[in-house]
Amino acid sequence: MKLNLKIWRQKNSESKGGFENYVIDNITPDMSFLEMMDVLNQKLIYENIDPISFDHDCREGICGSCSLFINGRAHGPDKGITTCQLHMRKFKDGDSIVIEPFRAKSFPIIKDLVVDRSAFDRIQHSGGYISINTSGNTQDANTTPIRKEDADNAFDAATCIGCGACVATCKNASAMLYVSAKVSQFSYLPQGKVEAKERVLNMVKQMDDEGFGNCTNTGACEVECPKGISIKNIARMNREFYKAKI
Amino acid sequence: MSLISIFKSSIGKKLLMALSGIFLVVFLTQHFLINITSVFSEEIFNFLSHFMGNNPIVQFILQPILIFGVIFHFVMGFYLEIINRKSRGANYTRYAGGDNAPWISRNMIFSGGVVLLFLILHFYDFWVPEMNYKYIEFLPEDPNRYYEELIHKFESPIRTLIYSVSFIFLALHLLHGFSSSFKTIGVDSKYYKPIKSLTFIFSILIPFGFIFIAVFHNLMH
Repeated sequence: MKLNLKIWRQKNSESKGGFENYVIDNITPDMSFLEMMDVLNQKLIYENIDPISFDHDCREGICGSCSLFINGRAHGPDKGITTCQLHMRKFKDGDSIVIEPFRAKSFPIIKDLVVDRSAFDRIQHSGGYISINTSGNTQDANTTPIRKEDADNAFDAATCIGCGACVATCKNASAMLYVSAKVSQFSYLPQGKVEAKERVLNMVKQMDDEGFGNCTNTGACEVECPKGISIKNIARMNREFYKAKI
Repeated sequence: MSLISIFKSSIGKKLLMALSGIFLVVFLTQHFLINITSVFSEEIFNFLSHFMGNNPIVQFILQPILIFGVIFHFVMGFYLEIINRKSRGANYTRYAGGDNAPWISRNMIFSGGVVLLFLILHFYDFWVPEMNYKYIEFLPEDPNRYYEELIHKFESPIRTLIYSVSFIFLALHLLHGFSSSFKTIGVDSKYYKPIKSLTFIFSILIPFGFIFIAVFHNLMH
C-alpha cells in the first residue's frame, strides 16, 4: 500500500520543529507500524536525509519504550496496544497518517519523535519501592496469606509498563494513572504497608513538581493504556493520599 | 497543618473542586424542591420563599456561604483549567479526544462557563431585585409577592428558552461532575455502579425539572 505520512521533525530539544511530508510505497498489511517506520528510514538514509528518530526496544509490547501519537491517538487507532503491536492492516492504501511525539510539558522532546520520559523515573525513585530484603532469604509465598482479590488487583496495577500513553492522551497531561498504578501495586500487599504513607506523599509531590496536570476523570487514560490499568487506581491513590495526610 | 497541606497538592485542589461541587448539588436540590411547589401551590411556594428570604440564618449565614461556594467553584475550575492547559505545553495537530472519552467529560469548562453566564442572568433576574427590594428601597415585606414575581419572569418566551438551554448545559455538567466528584473523594470502585445510576437520575431529574417549571409558568400565564 501507498501512504502519505506527515511526521514531526525536530533537530533537538532547543529547535522549533515542524511537520515534514513523506510518501512511502510497498508497505504490506502485515508490517508493524515500527517496521513501516524502519522502511521509511532506510529510504531516507539512501536519499542522504537524516532518518527519523523514534523510541523502540522489545517490539513485543512489554517494554513501554515505543510512543508516537498517530492520527490523534496515543499508540494509534487500536485500543490497549503499544505502537509496536499496531499493524499496517489498520490502514488503507492512500491513507494520510499524522505522526507526532507524545506532547506534555513534562515530556520534553529530545529529537523528532523521541521524548524524555525520565519524569516517570524520578517519580518511581521518590517512593515506588519496598525496603524489605527480597534477596537470598525469600520466604515461602504462602507464609502471609493474601486475599485473591487483593493479589489480582496488585498484579493488575503492577503490569504498568510506564509508557506514558496515559499522559499523552489525557487532555490535562495528567500522570495520575501511572502514579496510582505504582502506588496501588504496593498498597494492596502487606509488604507495601511499611512505607505506604511516605510512598504516596513523595510520589504525588514528585508528580506535582514535574508539572503534570490534574486528573478530571475523563477515563481516556484507561482506554489508551496498553496494559488496561483501571482508573479505579486513581480513586485508591486519592484515598491513600488523604489517609497519609490525616 | 498536615490537613491544610492537602490542598497545596494537585489531589487536594481536585478535592476542593469536588467538595464545592457536592455542596452546590445539595443547594440545587433544595432550590428545586422549593421551586417545584410553585407548580401546584402558590401558597406553599410563597410560604417557603418568604421563609428563605427572611430567615436570618438563611440570609446572613447560609447565603454568604452559598455565594462563596459558587464563586470558589468557578474560580477554582478556571484556575485548574489554566494549569492543565499549561501541562500540555504544545498542542497536538490532530487530537481524537472523542475516541476515548465522552464530550461532556472533556468540556466541563465549556458547560460550566455556560452555567456561569446563566447564573449572571439569574442573579440579575431574581437576586438583584430581591436585594434592592429589601436592603436598598426598604419596601414593606409582602409574604405573597414571590409567586407573582416568579411567573412574571417566565412570561417572556426568550427568557424561558435561555433558562431551558442553560439547564441542558447544567445537566451535561452534572452528568460528568457528579460521579467524578465521588471518584476524587476516593470512593471505592465497588460503589461506582450505584453512583453512576444516581448521577444519571439526578442529572436528568433536577435540570429538566427546572425546565419543566419554567415552561409550565410560561404556558400557563
